[in-house]
Order: sequence, then structure tokens, then C-alpha cells
Amino acid sequence: MEELVSTTILKKRILIPGRVTEMTLDAPEIASKAKPGNFVILRVAEDGERFPLTIADADAGKGTITIVYLVLGKSTAILDSLGEGDAVLDLCGPLGRATDIHKVGTVICVGGGTGIAAMHHIAKGHAQAGNKVVSVIGARSADLLLFEEELSKFSHEVLIATDDGSKGQKGFVTQVLKERLEADPDVKEVVAVGPVPMMRAVAEVTRPFGVKTVVSLNSIMVDGIGMCGACRVRVDDSIRFACVDGPEFDAHKVDFGELMMRLGSYVPQEKQSYKCYCECHGKES
Amino acid sequence: MPMQDPHVRSGNFNEVALGYTLELAQAEARRCLQCKKPTCQAGCPVEVDCKAFIREVAEGRLDEAYKVIKVTNSLPAVCGRVCPQEKQCELRCKLNPTGQPIAIGRLERFVADSYYAVNPCDAITGGDDCKLLREDLKVACVGSGPSSLTAAGYLAALGVSVTVFEALHEVGGVLTYGIPEFRLPKAIVHTEVEFLKRMGVVFKTNWVVGKTVSIQDFFDQGYKAVFIGVGAGLPKFLNIPGESLLGVYSANEYLTRVNLMRGYKFPDVDTPVAAGRQVTVLGGGNVSMDAARTALRLGAEKVTIVYRRTKEEMPARLEELEHALEEGVILENLAAPVAFNGDEKGHLRSLTVQRMELGEPDASGRRKPVPVEGAFFDIPTDLAILGIGTGPNQVLLRETPDLTLNKWGYIKADPETGETDIPMVFAGGDIVTGAATVVLAMGAGRKSAREIARRLGLL
Repeated sequence: MEELVSTTILKKRILIPGRVTEMTLDAPEIASKAKPGNFVILRVAEDGERFPLTIADADAGKGTITIVYLVLGKSTAILDSLGEGDAVLDLCGPLGRATDIHKVGTVICVGGGTGIAAMHHIAKGHAQAGNKVVSVIGARSADLLLFEEELSKFSHEVLIATDDGSKGQKGFVTQVLKERLEADPDVKEVVAVGPVPMMRAVAEVTRPFGVKTVVSLNSIMVDGIGMCGACRVRVDDSIRFACVDGPEFDAHKVDFGELMMRLGSYVPQEKQSYKCYCECHGKES
Repeated sequence: MPMQDPHVRSGNFNEVALGYTLELAQAEARRCLQCKKPTCQAGCPVEVDCKAFIREVAEGRLDEAYKVIKVTNSLPAVCGRVCPQEKQCELRCKLNPTGQPIAIGRLERFVADSYYAVNPCDAITGGDDCKLLREDLKVACVGSGPSSLTAAGYLAALGVSVTVFEALHEVGGVLTYGIPEFRLPKAIVHTEVEFLKRMGVVFKTNWVVGKTVSIQDFFDQGYKAVFIGVGAGLPKFLNIPGESLLGVYSANEYLTRVNLMRGYKFPDVDTPVAAGRQVTVLGGGNVSMDAARTALRLGAEKVTIVYRRTKEEMPARLEELEHALEEGVILENLAAPVAFNGDEKGHLRSLTVQRMELGEPDASGRRKPVPVEGAFFDIPTDLAILGIGTGPNQVLLRETPDLTLNKWGYIKADPETGETDIPMVFAGGDIVTGAATVVLAMGAGRKSAREIARRLGLL
């Protein structure tokens, strides 16, 4: 007599072939509670690890949540081997503190890479709260951009930066952000989700402007419910757990150097696992 | 009781204690004085009738012995292994002054292992069937550690439809993620849980109460009462320099990676765990012993336990400490951590400690460690494990502001009934008392369950 939460994959949509995929999961309990900023912990194999993914969208009415992942290692590769109708072995959430959303005026939401998907839910929350959302998204090139259409549904503007200039402004999101902050003194808050170097750069751009800046941190987690401290980060010189005290923190107080260091804890083991998996499944790692 | 040889067992995860044979168990049971006024039972937090079950063992009636135990103790195979009997039943044994009290814990373990009741209802109600579950009487147990499992078993035996909500992907709480295989085989926990399932208890994994569902949701869904037994799962850190270096783990993280995620089988499983060569464990409790002995089994060359006071003040069970020492764990007493030191890539390389000496007794009655000025030294180490205690996990508490907390941040519950300041919401175990023992948590689960049963008109 063991009842599990439903975890069936209802829809699988390839966003960037061979790289980024979106899944819509039947998860009525999680969907009914999920708020912007929350994440879920997944396990996709009996001997698999527990890993977090931010909830990119939730529909309480339909009882679904959306996750977006980049195939980066063994666990995401196994997840990616599942199709519509399959079930995720374990799905737990919604976890973490929800984004602190108030009606403040203009909010700039910055997203990079798959972080754009995570940022989407937060930006949507700000829009629903009546804030004027300016989305700033970036990628190496136009074909690697995510969620432009989804964001444009509620964003006042969607600004784009690509490294190669194939769409929007050539360069980084931080340049677009900086120009915007210089031009618009009414920006009340900046949210940034993406690779750590991007979030760190955003924090440095906004600091001189004194604008409240929030980042969502992607620390390594085990349980995701505050029991182990693997995800600990240094914020304002004290230890905080990303899983229960975050994942969002004041960007101006986060020790990004330490976060980067800790994210590298298991790189050799991650590579080893992925290599074994790929060799067994005839894929290139 | 026969044990695995220390040199052999420090290289495997098999259970250290091998258990009695029937002959050994009967010989031990026959030593029992069968006191007219036994004192052992009063030493047990769940009031096992030790005298009666020992008599049954002496006479070779293990099924009867099992029934006697199971009436009050829902997890005998667990308790027989992890209870600190020397501070409980065996301490009260009239033979204790001789230095040879009856080995009640070992006998309990033997009985539980030899007689896993074929029919759980028979053992609990004395009949072939459990009372039919009443669907109108729903109770939710939050967490699936010892207190919740006990409450669930007690209530299910009375016909209550119990659902246990576990946040992790496996049930058992600390019995699963915390206590290592060599001290409490996971098969034992699974058997106890299977037993409860056969009584009609439903287990739901991946449910984080406070997140996936709230306490109020339970009442909205028709649950009549809620028991909170979520444990004290928030690891403490020292707040000293270098604590974020790679190779510094909380004991919770280290043990979870090994026990729950089976990291010792990496790369056959996907969760890695650092296999330190020179391991330092901080703290002197049972969790530190578990971590130190686990590190040995993962191939460490040297495992050192650093403790501020002396061996005599260590809170660990003597048996656990002795097992650790037999296996080769080294004690560095009267030393307090000052800083972790790493290399340029952030890998832990050493721990700086300060020599301590014992001063005047403090509030706990133990002599307070006082730093010796200027006496610092480094212990080379590539893996440090903090077994310095836990606090209340905030996940449920933050989402349930109506729960009144005590000054230490644990849930305030009526000592007689376990009821919290929210009517029909009960709490017990470490989330009320702070980190304690498995059997105390079980006692609290039983107390709350009895009160719930009374309120539901079942007693």
C-alpha cells in the first residue's frame, strides 16, 4: 500500500534539438501549491541521484507543472530518454521559498541559457502582481534562445542579447541591462537566473544603481528539504541553505566565488557517470 | 553475543553484531531472576514487559515472547539494535550491580529476528484479523521515522485508517538515511514497514508536509487528527573559517549520501560521496561514531574523532565508542576545531584545532572545556564530517505559523498527550525534544497515538 504522487509526462517538447527540452508533468498536488521561484527534486532511476529543477510554469487548474532541462549529465540524459506517457520515478515539491513578489513598478527579469525557463515563472508572477516586466534574455546565438514567445505574452518588452549578434543586441545581457538601468531610473527590482558568471555580472551591474537584485541559485542538493547542507551558500557572510532559505537571495550579498567552487565538487564523478552511461547507450558524451 | 571480527568488519557494511543462537539466547534468558517486583519494565520508554518475554525465551516459546514485546513495542527488531539499553531496562535490572545485567536488548533483537509474525494482527490484537479499517477515521502521520511508525502501528491496530507522509523517496526517516547498515540493516526497517502495510497503513513518499500539502489540508480532506514526527533534521555548522571547502560535510549529508543514496556503490549508483583518506569527524555522539565507522568502511587510511572534552564525557553509547575504537578509529580528545584549511582549488587539506583542558562543571554537570592559550595544531585531513548536532528543520514550521514553538525552536507539545497548540495536531520525537533516541521518539509516538485513539472514542 504505497501511493505515489502522479508524475506522468503529458507533453515533451524539444526547445533546442539535442540540448534543451521542456516537459509538462501531471502533478496536481505540486501544481496546486507551486509558486514562482519554487523547484522540484526528481529521481529518474532506481540507483539515481536526487536533483533539483526549477518549476518553469505551473497550471493549478490543469494540475500540471512544466520543467525545462539541459542534457548535462547522466540524470538529465535518463530524463531525456523518457517520453510522453512515461512517469518520472520520484517527483517532490514544490520546494524552496517562493519569490518575494510585490507590486513595485518596473521589474527587469534577466535570464540566460536554461535559466530563462526558470526566470519565466518568476517574471510571470511579477506581471500577475501588476508589475511592468521587462525581460532580458541572452544566449550564444539566436537558435539557442528560449521562451521568447512565452515571455512576450506578459512582458512589457522582451530585450535580446546574443553573443554573435544573430538576434537582438550583439553582446551580453549585462550590457542590455546596464543601458536600460541608465535610461530608466524607475526600475525597482532586477531578477536574474542563469549561469553563475552571468548572475555575478548582473549583481555587479546593478550594484552602483542601488537596485534590489535577486538571483536564484543552483547549488548541488541531495535531499532538497534542509536536511544535509550540501547546498549551503554564503550570503551576507553567513551560511544559508539554498534549498530552504533560498533558492533566491539578495545578489549583492551572495559569495559567488564560493558558489562556483562548490558547484565543482563532483565534476570528475559527474563526468565518469555520464561517460559510463553514454558508452552503454551508444551516445556521445 | 557473537560479533564480526573488528578487522574484517571495518571493511564491510554487514551488521557488526551477529546475534544469538537459540542456545545462547536461552542461556541468557535463564539467568533472569524473574523478580517479584521487576524494575526493568519501568526503564523502558515504551514499557516492554521484559520479565514476561524473557521467561518465554527461557522456555523456548519465541512466538509468545514476540507477542509480549509487540504489544507495546512496534519496532522490536530496531529497538533491539539501537536502544541504549544500558541507560534503560538493563540499568534497572537487579543484576546490573554485578556488572552483568541481563542482555535484554540482545534478547529482544533475537526474538524479533527469529519471529517475524506471520500475521501481524495476531501479534497485536490476539485475533486472526485486525479490526476492519474504518474509513471515517483517518489520521495522518507526518514523517516516517520511529515516532510516526509507532503511532501508525498503534492506531492501525485499533482500526484507524492511517496514512504516513514521507518527504524523501524511501520511508524510515532516520532509520533509513541516518543509521548505517552495519548497525541497523535496511532489511529490518523494510520488514517493519511491510508489517505496517499489511495492517493497512498507507505510505506516501515524496510528500513534503508544509509544501506538497498543509496541516490544514489534512483536516479539509477529512483527517481527524495529525501526528507530526518529522525529527530534528537541520544540521548545525560551526561557523568557523573554511567550512565551505570541498570535503567538509555535515554528518547528515555524509550519512544520507551513503545510507539513503548508497553512495558507497558509486559509480554503480549515481550519487557520489567523498572517500577521504585522512578523515576527521567532529563531535562525540552516536552520529559521529556512525560517520567515523562509515569512513573506515569506505577505505579511509586514518579516521580521527575530534572532541572537546574527554572520552568519559562523550555522549555516544559506550558500545558504539568501543566498536569504533576496536575497528581502528583514533580519538583526539580535548581539542576544539578552529579553522578548516584548503588548497587553491578549494579542497580541504587540514583542520586547525586548539588544545583544551577541563575546567569547572557547567550547567550540564560536565566539566567545561577551556582553551589552552596558544596551543594550536593542525590535523592533516581531506574529509571532515561535522557530527555536532542538529536543530529543528524549518520546512513544516515556517508553513504552519499556528504551531507554538519552545525557546529552542522545537514544537511545544503537552507532555501528557503530545497535543500541540493546534487542536487534534500532535507532535513527538526529536521535533519536540531535540535530538534524542529512537526509543524515546517511539514512546512519544505511542503516547500521542493513545490520546488520539481516546479522542476518537476507540479506548
